[in-house]
Amino acid sequence: MADVALQPDSVGAAQPVRKRSGLKKALKRKSTAAFLMTLPLIILIALLVLYPAFYSLHLATLNKSMQRFVGLGNFEFLFKRDTFWLVVKQSCIFAITAVLFKALIGFIVAHFVHNIPAKGQRKWRGMLLVPWVIPPAMSTLAWLWLFDPSYSAFNYTLSFFGIGPIPWTGDADWARFSVILVNVWYGAPFFMIMYLASLKSVPEQLYEAAAIDGANWWQRIWYVTLPMMRNIIAITTLFSLIVTFANFDIVRILTAGGPLDHTHIFATWAFRIGIEGSDIPLGASVSLFMVPILAVAAIFILRDVNKRGNEA
Amino acid sequence: MSRKKLTRRQFVAATAMSSAALIAAPYVRSANAAGKLSIGFWDHWVPGANKASTDLVNEWAAKEKVEVSIDYIPSQGNKNLLTIAAEAQAKSGHDIFAMPTWWAHSNADQLENVADIMGPIIAENGEVNGTVKYLGMSENKWLGVPACVGSQIKGPCSRIDLMKKHAGIDVQAMYPAGSEPKADDWTLETFLKAAEACHKAGVPFGIGLGETTDNVDTAGAIFLSFGAQLVDAKGNLTVKTDAVRQALDFYKKLIGFLPPDVAAWDDASNNKWLVSGRGAMIMNPPSAWAVAKRDAPQVAEQCWTHGFPKGPKGRFAPYLPYFWSIWNFSKNKEAAKSLLVALSKPAAIEKMVNASGGYDLPAYEKLTTLKVWQEEGPPKGTLFHYPNPYKHQTLSIAASPAPPKIAQQIYAQATLTKMCLRYHQGEAMEKTLAWAEGECEGFMRS
Repeated sequence: MADVALQPDSVGAAQPVRKRSGLKKALKRKSTAAFLMTLPLIILIALLVLYPAFYSLHLATLNKSMQRFVGLGNFEFLFKRDTFWLVVKQSCIFAITAVLFKALIGFIVAHFVHNIPAKGQRKWRGMLLVPWVIPPAMSTLAWLWLFDPSYSAFNYTLSFFGIGPIPWTGDADWARFSVILVNVWYGAPFFMIMYLASLKSVPEQLYEAAAIDGANWWQRIWYVTLPMMRNIIAITTLFSLIVTFANFDIVRILTAGGPLDHTHIFATWAFRIGIEGSDIPLGASVSLFMVPILAVAAIFILRDVNKRGNEA
Repeated sequence: MSRKKLTRRQFVAATAMSSAALIAAPYVRSANAAGKLSIGFWDHWVPGANKASTDLVNEWAAKEKVEVSIDYIPSQGNKNLLTIAAEAQAKSGHDIFAMPTWWAHSNADQLENVADIMGPIIAENGEVNGTVKYLGMSENKWLGVPACVGSQIKGPCSRIDLMKKHAGIDVQAMYPAGSEPKADDWTLETFLKAAEACHKAGVPFGIGLGETTDNVDTAGAIFLSFGAQLVDAKGNLTVKTDAVRQALDFYKKLIGFLPPDVAAWDDASNNKWLVSGRGAMIMNPPSAWAVAKRDAPQVAEQCWTHGFPKGPKGRFAPYLPYFWSIWNFSKNKEAAKSLLVALSKPAAIEKMVNASGGYDLPAYEKLTTLKVWQEEGPPKGTLFHYPNPYKHQTLSIAASPAPPKIAQQIYAQATLTKMCLRYHQGEAMEKTLAWAEGECEGFMRS
């Protein structure tokens, strides 16, 4: 420290050289190269994701005619509306139920597929992924015809057994069931494939050791499989929760939020208010309502994943 | 090699001379001398109907030397509404846009006043109906020129045979082709009795109670027939009135005679109901009949489009107009206005109406008796009363006469059909009214 204090000139003279060499070193560094190579994508994301996100934040702070800043006035207004709380409730029912069933079905089917001999497994994997590969707007249209109020193929089939007709989209409870069912049908293959990949990475020795210790089927799942899959389960659940909360197409096509608003979720209600009702600021506020809640959930889940990653 | 050097003086002189020559030169009109114009038209679902608009625009463009581009934007999936919202936000896009019903009002601040061309158009074509003024005018400003393309009345389309057989009503005699309606007895009471009779016979009326426009429009016309308004023209809440109670009571009885799944109906459900031959009546423009003509001719030849039943406060029919509006950010407003005048000429309107097979309705009173409605069939004359040629019914839109910005919310949120359903499902009348009042209070936010 004394040296530096006694020789200020020499330090100053050495600085440009160090800067140049620093820049060279930085350019040579792998992380800099990686950053530069991902820069186009970062710019693209900034343009297509960040800009609209901030713009919708800005919109949510305007009055209906978009001429006056109202701060959090739109949220204040929403909190007093019964329909808004109905939408919050339904979004939670929709997302949580659908994710639970997707995870459960995905887990079970992944086990089945995992146990199929390697030769035929590929075929099954491909077939089971079909619902996830078809664009949901298209597959939901097919479901709409199956649920059609007057010409439902399901009701036609059930009529042979003396059952029905069931108001698949005409009754609040059945309509909720229908939209959740389609979402589970569409999303379960994603869970299945993620869990299958995770299952395949569980070392066989662990199961052998468990078998030697006399572990039964359930104990093997509980003490070996599940702990080994924890991170994948957490990340898939988080990802699916976000996507399911933001779902639009399935509900929009199947019920358009009806009957009596009983299947509206955030995105469909935001569309109804913002685009069909020409109240864009209020629509933006509805669609932004979940952001802080999901962000907090994401922080907790990802923090947990990091922790477990470090433990490993 | 000698090289001549250009002095500063010489440069200034040459520039000045060139500028003077350019200004003084005779004006040579190029192929697209009057600039460019981009148009966002509604994408018609009648095959070939877009061609009539394209031809008319091209004809005008060739004469006026304007380079035009047309985008036909469908209303399926609300693509046109999304485009309107995007263009309004970006303050950029088409010069002319086909605005459906409420969208001229909701973008009023960004639309060019076309009052200067509306005066001569009305003088030539006749007065427009009240709903066109309600939706197309803000104070004294005209927000767009009423477009015949896409404009429609959603009146009853009945099965001649089934109505005669089960309800004892001869719809052709009531609304004869070529002459005035004889429909004094065609009241909401008669309508309800007919609904009951057809329900008993297994061919119920197909009137939806979902949240899409066809459902809301019918409810709107019936509410107005009772004088029932949720919000009046001055913006006062008028939910808890006897007129609204009467309308709800009527609907409660009617729902009992409709198919059990009407709560889930969308705009396609009633069309399918008619085309499949399962019902005696729907409320729709002639598009359902046109589909039947193609897919079920035996059904089509039994269809008759006519007027709404009369209620205690009059006979109302849902009318949904489109407007061709000019954005105020348009760079070629004069050319846009010139085109809209050309498209509003009687001959142009007739061409477009013919191309749509009589589906499109001009808003002007002198243009409700075109040949197409007299001749379309089978059966011949089925569309004669579709354009309301005798002003037999008041053309209206659901949620009117509330100020349009409030009415749009009532309409979009389907408050009327929701009220009917809630009450029908057993909710107490006063509870339903209180719910609707709360909703309307929310719609009043500015």
